[in-house]
Amino acid sequence: MELQDRPQVDAGAGTHAPAEPAVALSGIDITFHLADGGRYQAVKGVDLKVYPGEFVSIVGPTGCGKSTLLNAAAGLLSPSSGQVGIFGKPLAGLNRRAGYLFQQDALMPWKTALDNVKVALEPMGVPAKEADERAREWLARVGLRTFVDRYPHMLSGGQRKRVSLAQMLIRNPEILLMDEPFGPLDAQTRQIMGNLLLDLWSRDRKALMFVTHDLEEAIALSDRVVVMSAGPAAGIVADYKVSLPRPRDIADIRLEKAFHEIHRDIWSSLRVEVQKAYAMGEGRELVAGETP
Amino acid sequence: MKRLKLLFLQIVVMVVSLLIWHVVSTTSLFGDVKTTQFFFSTPLAVLERTFKQLTSGEIYWHLGITLTETVLAFVIGSLAGILFGFAFARHELLSAVFDPYIKAANALPRVVLAPIFALWFGLGIWSKVALGFTLVFFIVFFNVYQGVREVSPTILANARMLGMNERQLFKHVYWPSALTWMFSSLHTSVGFALVGAVVGEYLGSSAGLGYKIHEAESVFDVTGVFSGMLILAIFVIAIDALVTMVEKRLLVWRPAQSATTT
Repeated sequence: MELQDRPQVDAGAGTHAPAEPAVALSGIDITFHLADGGRYQAVKGVDLKVYPGEFVSIVGPTGCGKSTLLNAAAGLLSPSSGQVGIFGKPLAGLNRRAGYLFQQDALMPWKTALDNVKVALEPMGVPAKEADERAREWLARVGLRTFVDRYPHMLSGGQRKRVSLAQMLIRNPEILLMDEPFGPLDAQTRQIMGNLLLDLWSRDRKALMFVTHDLEEAIALSDRVVVMSAGPAAGIVADYKVSLPRPRDIADIRLEKAFHEIHRDIWSSLRVEVQKAYAMGEGRELVAGETP
Repeated sequence: MKRLKLLFLQIVVMVVSLLIWHVVSTTSLFGDVKTTQFFFSTPLAVLERTFKQLTSGEIYWHLGITLTETVLAFVIGSLAGILFGFAFARHELLSAVFDPYIKAANALPRVVLAPIFALWFGLGIWSKVALGFTLVFFIVFFNVYQGVREVSPTILANARMLGMNERQLFKHVYWPSALTWMFSSLHTSVGFALVGAVVGEYLGSSAGLGYKIHEAESVFDVTGVFSGMLILAIFVIAIDALVTMVEKRLLVWRPAQSATTT
């Protein structure tokens, strides 16, 4: 698998070729101001393009700024320098064309599964009756047809993620951002959720940025795997194309020879960063007073 | 049966206490019967008086007054608490400036305000409502403040990513979160509204349960005092049962009861 600059883009994705990247991060620096007056540079000089139809995973050691980068693409935080382009336009404020799937529980605990999904349509001005029907349809699609009236605490971790997935997808965002969404789940549930995600994603192939610390998950799901270096001042060290055939079953694909080859390649660059991160104390060492 | 056994033991406690009371007050074991009855009355006399009061109807008028004061204090106190709780939680400067004064006001024993309120609002129901208000307000205020401040940042970020504007965030995130905290203190705030009403009546009024008790006390009618207390207790238990019912309906989405009160 070769290091590559520009991925192959499906010609059908747009009328004009080459297609505009859905997300274009260029020269992104992100620096946090710490409470003690110091500064911590999480991300430095990141260039990354994600095209419509692409499933891109971002892997890297703990605390390397993967989620920070995703939040920049979502508009939840603005970079200290550099530009976030969304379909060719610079991003100002929240990214209205993106959906975000959080690692932690993000459902409103005071709403049932149905209401949680339905409420996602309210900002779009969808009439209540239609919203109700569409929400039921989406819950059925994620396998929760009989759980519509349950409150989040009555659902398992995997079921809550399904509701979140439906809540995000019902708005039909053009860009999907996922921050270790299956992190808190057990191994079997992760596989089931991974297959569900692939199934839903493959229907209309949105641009998808998927942050994970699990390299196997990243390879099994993605078209591209981007490796980030250990923080502080993390950057992209490698960008691999994963040309395993689709549709994939993420449990079976792990047994294939091609999968192992890719895994060995990517791990060779990831391992260095993971070791660096451990040497720095879990990669969470804050360097106070550092200037960007 | 564990439940039955518990109920049995609870009844035993009541019967034994009443029995001791009865024996002490109707025999000369502990001195002159007339003297002990003057100070302690007898359980049968209290029950008889209570029964008479509950059947005669006059007491319901007093109960109605107390209930009105309680409800008014609760509603007005809650509304003000919600309003100020939201305002303070959303405006950093406002809460920082007023923080010491809020704390000072809350630390003040509210009973000392009763004479002032009587002076300001007269001896009618409004001085009692005012007293109950000062008690209810702070409980609701602190809970709403906490509820708004402690909205999970993830839930908030998610709601914003779903495209919600300020009004929708308020409706779907801040408001339910604040209400949750408020409802979890419902028992305390309703209880305090009642305390405000009864204490206010006790200190100066012409109607209500507190007045009835005070009236009996001023003529050394111990039976009347105890009977008033018994009626008050029944009243409180009834209100509390009602609150529990309301709470169960409103907080169905919560996993387990973990009431937080200030």
